[in-house]
Amino acid sequence: MIRVDRSFLLMALIFALLFAAPFVLPLIGQTYILSLLIKAMLLAIAAISLDLLIGQGGMISLGHAAFVAIGAYAAAIGLESGIENILVLLLLALLVSGLFALITGALALRTSGVYFLMITLAFGQMIYFTLTSLAPYGGDDGLTLWSMATFFGSDVVQSGGQLYLVVLLTLLLVWWGVHRLGNSRFGRVLRAARDNPERTEIIGFSVFRYRLTAYVIAGMIAAVSGLLTMQHAEFVSPSLAAWQRSGDLLVVVVLGGLGTRSGALLGAFFLVIVEEVLGSFIHEWRLIYGPLLVLLALHAKGGLSHLLLPVAAPARTGMPRTSEDNAS
Amino acid sequence: MSLTLLLIQCLNGLQYGTLLFLIAAGLTLVFGVMGFINLAHGVQYMVGAYLVFAFHQLTGSFAAAVVLSLAAALLLGLLLEYFVFRHLYGRDHLSQVLATFGIIIFLNELAKVIFGPGTLTIEPPEFLAGSIQLTEQLRYPVYRFVTILAGLAVAVILYLTVTRTRVGMLIRAGATTPEMVSALGVNVQKLFMIVFGVGAMLAGFAGVIAAPIFAIEPGMGDNILIIAFVVIIIGGIGSIRGAFLAALIVGLFDTLGRTLLIEGLELVFPPSFSNQVGPALASMLIYILMAAILVVRPQGLLPAKGAA
Repeated sequence: MIRVDRSFLLMALIFALLFAAPFVLPLIGQTYILSLLIKAMLLAIAAISLDLLIGQGGMISLGHAAFVAIGAYAAAIGLESGIENILVLLLLALLVSGLFALITGALALRTSGVYFLMITLAFGQMIYFTLTSLAPYGGDDGLTLWSMATFFGSDVVQSGGQLYLVVLLTLLLVWWGVHRLGNSRFGRVLRAARDNPERTEIIGFSVFRYRLTAYVIAGMIAAVSGLLTMQHAEFVSPSLAAWQRSGDLLVVVVLGGLGTRSGALLGAFFLVIVEEVLGSFIHEWRLIYGPLLVLLALHAKGGLSHLLLPVAAPARTGMPRTSEDNAS
Repeated sequence: MSLTLLLIQCLNGLQYGTLLFLIAAGLTLVFGVMGFINLAHGVQYMVGAYLVFAFHQLTGSFAAAVVLSLAAALLLGLLLEYFVFRHLYGRDHLSQVLATFGIIIFLNELAKVIFGPGTLTIEPPEFLAGSIQLTEQLRYPVYRFVTILAGLAVAVILYLTVTRTRVGMLIRAGATTPEMVSALGVNVQKLFMIVFGVGAMLAGFAGVIAAPIFAIEPGMGDNILIIAFVVIIIGGIGSIRGAFLAALIVGLFDTLGRTLLIEGLELVFPPSFSNQVGPALASMLIYILMAAILVVRPQGLLPAKGAA
């Protein structure tokens, strides 16, 4: 199995570099890059969860950033109410996001294809507008947090402490967990339902239940990314839930390569690098970024992990058009 | 709430509804006929508003600006179709989303670079500037009336085109079985281009008539795109009649809901509470409506059965 080895080698290399970074970078005076890496890793955590939905489940969600925002706001509101322990805040973020995913997922999964995309988009907007009207927590302007969460009183989970390592370990854990999930029976049923929902249903699996479970898991993982984003930025704002952020997540997942082991991670690093490099050349970097996306959509099939590992990635660049898509 | 205010809100809702219809009609046609999901549809609405502003500055005449803007919006639609969208018809939705997302980012930034990040305003033309006395206390701007009428007129024309003309027949046929239409010797590519151009022009037209009512700003199309999605989900994707019905429902529901909800809350709760919760609930209203309709009818109110 050369296939498995190569993609694992790549991931091992990436994680080794990430673990080395906080020890090497300060030596050459590049601590700013550490902050960029945290940003990329947070993006990667959310993207991995979205890839579970899209790559494994075939559910194209355009409202995934809402879960990041829910995680961030649940934690921020908890913090404002006097809860300081990050584990309690984590529990809170998981509960709220899981509940929201359960309700909206149950509604959205009554449909599929483009309907699903538009409905997740609409639910995402709902969260966005709800957050903008949370007057006690900053409303439109967002909320600057003066005290951050602690780990039983220790500042190890704060920017002044070891937040970098905490984020890295979370990323490793999430990546490993989703990878294991993909290999499990659950993952196989999910992929079967993606490729042929009718047949999967007839074999005796409830496609709806499997998809809903995946949706809830993905939402909760995204919320973890939100909690850590809050911890890193020490600030939350409704723009976390803006639909453009969901679009960015989609870009990351597609760019990296759908349903591949390393895709979401590579895509996240690529996006952060592109933003940083282009942004340093011209202020209006979006004028280049936009057409770049168009070109990628037109020409790059399979994403970055395909380019780096031509053999490794499964040859799957998108969803087959389902009958529901064609019917309308 | 007084009856006068209620009537004004109804008219505003109707006006918002017709505006939504103009946008949703193009979106639903493009999706119905080509199976193409065009996120950039909202940005074409924004382009329409900026175009009318620019041409108004250039020519000094509102009427000339409208005509020029429509032509330019059509041209932009055709160019986008030729260079980008044409190559994505057979591809999966994800590629389409990615490409059109890129176009949104580009055009929003371009608008910011050319016209600045601030909001622009444009006055309605002289001859539509007044207002009509409806009842003793009620005056309503002529311009808003005209936009309602223009929207309704477009709806009728569109409906007649789709149901009564040869092109309309081909569009309906193309929506059901594009392969068969192609096999019968129809130039499907040309048909798609027409549909796309008309869709882009309708969105541009919506932007043009909205420009004197709302502020012109970068990103103004993004939120309305999402509302247009809600409209076509409620109406049933691919259905013009559904889009019309749903656009009016959403327009009225949103406009009336905002006022009635906050007033209603004030009856029960203290003003400080209702002023806080009211706006949040009000902006969630149409999404709740959408969710409720989905529970009852997942295919939308008037799903397209082959007929667009």
